[in-house]
Amino acid sequence: MHSKRADNHTWRTIKSGLASTVAFISALLVIAPLGLVFFHLLVNGASSVNWDFFTKLPTPVGTPGGGMVNAIVGSLELLAFASIIGIPIGVLGGVYLGEYGSARVNSVLRFIADVLNGVPSITWGVVVYGLVVLRFKGFSAYAGGLALGLIMIPLIIRTTEEVVLLVPNGYREAALALGVSRWKTIVHIVIKTASKGIITGILLALARVGGETAPLLFTAFGNRFWNHSLSQPIAALPLQIFTYAISPYDDWHRQAWAGALVLVTGIFCVNVLVRILTRGRTASIV
Amino acid sequence: MVNLLMATPDPTVVERVERAAEPAPTPEPAPASTFQVKNLSVWYGDKRAIDDVTLDVASNAVTAIIGPSGCGKSTFLRCLNRMHELVPKTRVEGTVFLQGEDLYSSDVDPAIVRRRVGMVFQKSNPFPTMSIGENVVIGLRLNGVRSQKFLNERLEKSLRMAALWDEVKDDLHKAGTSLSGGQQQRLCIARALAVEPEVLLMDEPCSALDPIATAKIEELIYELKAHYTIVTVTHNMQQAGRISDYTAFFYLGRLIEFGPTTKIFTNPNERQTEDYITGRFG
Repeated sequence: MHSKRADNHTWRTIKSGLASTVAFISALLVIAPLGLVFFHLLVNGASSVNWDFFTKLPTPVGTPGGGMVNAIVGSLELLAFASIIGIPIGVLGGVYLGEYGSARVNSVLRFIADVLNGVPSITWGVVVYGLVVLRFKGFSAYAGGLALGLIMIPLIIRTTEEVVLLVPNGYREAALALGVSRWKTIVHIVIKTASKGIITGILLALARVGGETAPLLFTAFGNRFWNHSLSQPIAALPLQIFTYAISPYDDWHRQAWAGALVLVTGIFCVNVLVRILTRGRTASIV
Repeated sequence: MVNLLMATPDPTVVERVERAAEPAPTPEPAPASTFQVKNLSVWYGDKRAIDDVTLDVASNAVTAIIGPSGCGKSTFLRCLNRMHELVPKTRVEGTVFLQGEDLYSSDVDPAIVRRRVGMVFQKSNPFPTMSIGENVVIGLRLNGVRSQKFLNERLEKSLRMAALWDEVKDDLHKAGTSLSGGQQQRLCIARALAVEPEVLLMDEPCSALDPIATAKIEELIYELKAHYTIVTVTHNMQQAGRISDYTAFFYLGRLIEFGPTTKIFTNPNERQTEDYITGRFG
């Protein structure tokens, strides 16, 4: 053995430097869009984000001022309704995949959930339009919430299943060996141990559907005023942004920028919350 | 100081072995048996894990199950509280009687069997989301006990029996996983004792522990014998010799020999038993 440098040492150093430079640039390219989007939103929207934006209804064309309070509240109502549908079905479905079911059935269910996750969101809007809007003869908050809830289900099923499978078998055995029933073991031991991960999955699903516009076009439809009944059309932030952005009026454009900034900030906050929740990954693994 | 003493051969343990080595002072005619296992065979799919085992487990005594890895020790243990049923495609033939009651009868609820026959595992597994106190009483709580007074009483009693009370009585609210390995294992024993089982099954309870923690658990097993029937699986021959009254030697799913520990270790009937105990194989 000798410890002299190989003859091609210089060439290998260059190759190594080249590879890390390319990797670094790629990493920058990944981060750049987020920075650019945020920067652009701040420049164009920040001036219109004020107290009025969060407290006032939209004004008619040509009248300056006004806000999007109805859209913000509408989005929250839609998310609440979507959660009522999406969270229980998603979590219970994920628990079924993780805890019950035969391997064959589960792999079929898992495949279906993955396919559903890949379905374009406008398809969900059309499906709910056909199932609900046509039947009840009208756009409604129910229809919008249902569309968002249906999108949440497969997302939550998959994340729940994954964290449930991460719970070590020893905990299930320990509970069962105490004479605790299977169902109580799952609720009090497995789900409790996996709760952080399950909540993370729910928040990510909410962040995802919170920004959806397409499924609401045929369902919630949008509304320039307060929604007084869930069976009536309702405003939502992404919809309002869409409507304002394609309009020909400058002050509506400004409002659309402001709305986009608020929406992105909200989703950003949810994601930060998720990071905080998943940070202490020590004691309860997930 | 106590710990230092235990690191060297534990005098109490030595004394205990000597005591066991003497001819039994009061020859019990036929000790009452807690389990009567008759012609038990177990399959995992097509693989036969236990082959026609018949044996009686004596009450208020420690029965050790020894044998090389994969000989069916753990499977046998798990058949005593039907924990093996958690493995899919398991099939059991033969009968297991607990105090005269057939455990595999169709009207028997496995959850109730497991309440009567507690279990401690190789790897200590306190629930990570619960405090020390919650870990101990969780079995009672999930089985429907509401009275806080009763839970508190049982909490202290179980921790005392597991010889852990003095170490944790001021830290009951701390996470169960914050304890040391040996303490965690004793916490798991306390948790199993809290539901007041009749029998305690232990699946290599010391194999992940250091000698000092092991000595404490062995001490504990010796004390618990007064109140419980104990069946323990162990890889450690010396441990079987120290703690058990009866020893069963399993090999390839068969029960090769079963008898008083002193006899198995000093004058076994079977050649295979002798070879295993003297370290010629396994």
